[in-house]
Amino acid sequence: MKSLLFYKYLVMAVIIPAAAWTGSFSQGPSLPEGLRIETRQKTGKKEVPELPPGLGEQKKKQPEHPSLPSGLGSQEQKEPEKPALPSGLDEKPQAKEQKQTKTGTKKQKAWRLPIELDGFWEVRAGTRIDDDPVHDDISLAETRLQLSYDRMITEYLPRGQLQITSDFIYDAVENDHDDVDLEEGEGFIDLREFWISFTPVDFLDIKVGRQILTWGTGNLIFLNDLFPKDYQSFFLGRDLEYLKAPSDAVKTSFYGDIVNIDLVYTPRFDADRFVDGTRLSFFDPSSGRLRGEDMPVKASRPDDWFEDDELAVRIYRNINAYELAAYAYKGFWKGPSGTDPVTGQRTFPKLWAYGASVRGPVGPGIGNAEFSWYNSEEDEDGDDPLVKNSEFRLLIGYEQEIVTDFTFGVQYYLEYMLDHEEYENSLPPGFYSRDESRNWVTLDLTHELMPQNQLLLSLFTFYSLSRQDVYCQPKITYHYTDNWRFQVGGNIFFGDREAFFGQFEENSNIYAAVRYSF
Amino acid sequence: MNQKTAVIMILAAFLFWVPAWCPPVAAQQEKTDAPPVETIVERSNRVAYYQGKDGRADVNMNIVDGQGRTRNRQFTILRRDNLPEGRTDQEEIENFSGDQRFYVYFKAPPDVEDTVFMVWKHVELGQDDDRWLYLPDLDLVKRIASSDERSSFVGSHFFYEDVSGRNTNEDKHELEEVTDQYFVLDSAPKNPDVVEFSHYKTWIHRETFLPIQTDYHDRRNEVYRRYKVLNVSRPQGFLTVTKSKMSDLRTGGHTTIEYSDVEYNVGLPKDIFTERYLRKPPMQYIE
Repeated sequence: MKSLLFYKYLVMAVIIPAAAWTGSFSQGPSLPEGLRIETRQKTGKKEVPELPPGLGEQKKKQPEHPSLPSGLGSQEQKEPEKPALPSGLDEKPQAKEQKQTKTGTKKQKAWRLPIELDGFWEVRAGTRIDDDPVHDDISLAETRLQLSYDRMITEYLPRGQLQITSDFIYDAVENDHDDVDLEEGEGFIDLREFWISFTPVDFLDIKVGRQILTWGTGNLIFLNDLFPKDYQSFFLGRDLEYLKAPSDAVKTSFYGDIVNIDLVYTPRFDADRFVDGTRLSFFDPSSGRLRGEDMPVKASRPDDWFEDDELAVRIYRNINAYELAAYAYKGFWKGPSGTDPVTGQRTFPKLWAYGASVRGPVGPGIGNAEFSWYNSEEDEDGDDPLVKNSEFRLLIGYEQEIVTDFTFGVQYYLEYMLDHEEYENSLPPGFYSRDESRNWVTLDLTHELMPQNQLLLSLFTFYSLSRQDVYCQPKITYHYTDNWRFQVGGNIFFGDREAFFGQFEENSNIYAAVRYSF
Repeated sequence: MNQKTAVIMILAAFLFWVPAWCPPVAAQQEKTDAPPVETIVERSNRVAYYQGKDGRADVNMNIVDGQGRTRNRQFTILRRDNLPEGRTDQEEIENFSGDQRFYVYFKAPPDVEDTVFMVWKHVELGQDDDRWLYLPDLDLVKRIASSDERSSFVGSHFFYEDVSGRNTNEDKHELEEVTDQYFVLDSAPKNPDVVEFSHYKTWIHRETFLPIQTDYHDRRNEVYRRYKVLNVSRPQGFLTVTKSKMSDLRTGGHTTIEYSDVEYNVGLPKDIFTERYLRKPPMQYIE
């Protein structure tokens, strides 16, 4: 045994220095010296990446390295072709780059229209899945062309920008195409945006005109965001962007060291585009019947310029990654929340709202909390059955990516009616009485699939804890190319018909859409 | 066993042995004059992600899937190192490798045009980056919950952290080899459960410390993903990768990124990376 060990050490003693000397044992058996380098280079070529142009050229300049073996020689021969390019690339683009950034280059897009219009063309169709006695089966049958024009107008206004976005629609469900109502978004033109923005002084941004406005922390639930929504479009299955109706407003934003302040003044009240029976039916508990096209809601909007105006304020700041905000609003309930005792028309009583929100990282996800106190000015004591009572609203949410590309979001939402006792006492006998509190849980699941994430599955569900009614929004979006997008989805309502979502049960629908963006 | 057999057996054993432990010995010789691996990693990270105090670039991304279908993304990226306020010490600036902020303004494809993506990158281990998305059609500032750094960036073969830089502390790095041109590093994740690779190999250019190629190995030790620098230039003297490619060797899909109009030390104010500029993009740095 001893002699065995001896041999082992002896052999080691010979081989180790030999290996170190040749330095090439890893690549195979030792080779005569002359061949050594070449072999290394050969294997090197396989395993070691070539230097990219730009570095390769530098390499050439280095005098310590030129003694390249024949194995690299072939590479080196290629290099003279390549460096000719990089050396040009090295200098020229630099000079060009600086020139370009100084003058400000235009966006370079091969596929742009000659007058720099962006937009899309879309066809969208949907059908009801339940029988609706007051509407046709077809819920959606429309094609729209959206055109958008934007440009910098820095020559007229400091950091000035102009944007115009308009939809041109042919809607086969709508009976009346000629009456264009830009305020209501009815007719064949829907002007989505028409605004200018500028920065008169460094700490101030102003945006004037027709614009889409959003703030707050909810996912499809809005508490302190009292800008107009289009629930009709949302429930019919139009693209999500149409949930937001435009405001004709002036937005002034101040940016300070401690807080930032947004002030939005809307000189004439912009109501929600709510479910009024024209396109979607609803169950009216007071009459005990379904109302649709035959008996749409008649509402009178406050519409005097500068009298029936709205003011919305947001004061906000970040503390590290946490976004804190306080809100105030003076205007009107955004949906019909009162009744005129004389005409019987629905009205939009005065509303004050105050609230606050916070959003930021919580554990591995994002958490948010928001509350708002809605003060119904025309029914402060809550004893007027014709005007909606004041409310306290609360939202708590959490969202997390649980596995790669699969996100899960959950929200709890409460609408609590203040002075509920006074409300009940004031109701004439036999009248439908609203619950004191309505609370919902929402669940949002989104899954991005396929190598380029071109397939998006999502399911958004509202579930009422108090009434067990459900609103469910499944959606599949497929980005076939950068320009073509296909979508199918549904809006499914079911449950207690006197409850908020249950009342829309007959409108449950599925839809499909094709969009070409340019 | 006679002596002859014993010698043959020993020699046979060595045939298996020697290749296994000789390379370190061989490489050790060259490695002695190489800087410590931490220095290589640190310098390489700085060269790749921290040139200048801030920067802007126009980016053209070409995504090719396994079937050869292509998609295109164009965006402008603004970057600012989150240096402590008011620091002017040149050395401190040059050695900074801390938190950064990124602002990405999309120009194509048309359905995401004018969308803004913002990241506050945190280098502290265990602290997720903060990410926001601004959707102009809805005027919506969205907080992005996804924290997976190794998921596709805008549908490309690049991951989020390929674009913003993988935290160097997340892996154990070893200098495997020193060649004429490269430091070859082998890096293994400290927490293998959260990543899809078992280890990766990086070829770092010795003179410039620029990572030229990275091969990601799967659990069976096969290379399935490769990053490669295709072109380099030096705007304002700052070494910059102007073209690179990420390949998925399993599907044959790949994404090429080209950077143009690269500019450093633009003087980007800190507040560019706030909600104000999500809603009103700073076009003076974008167009």
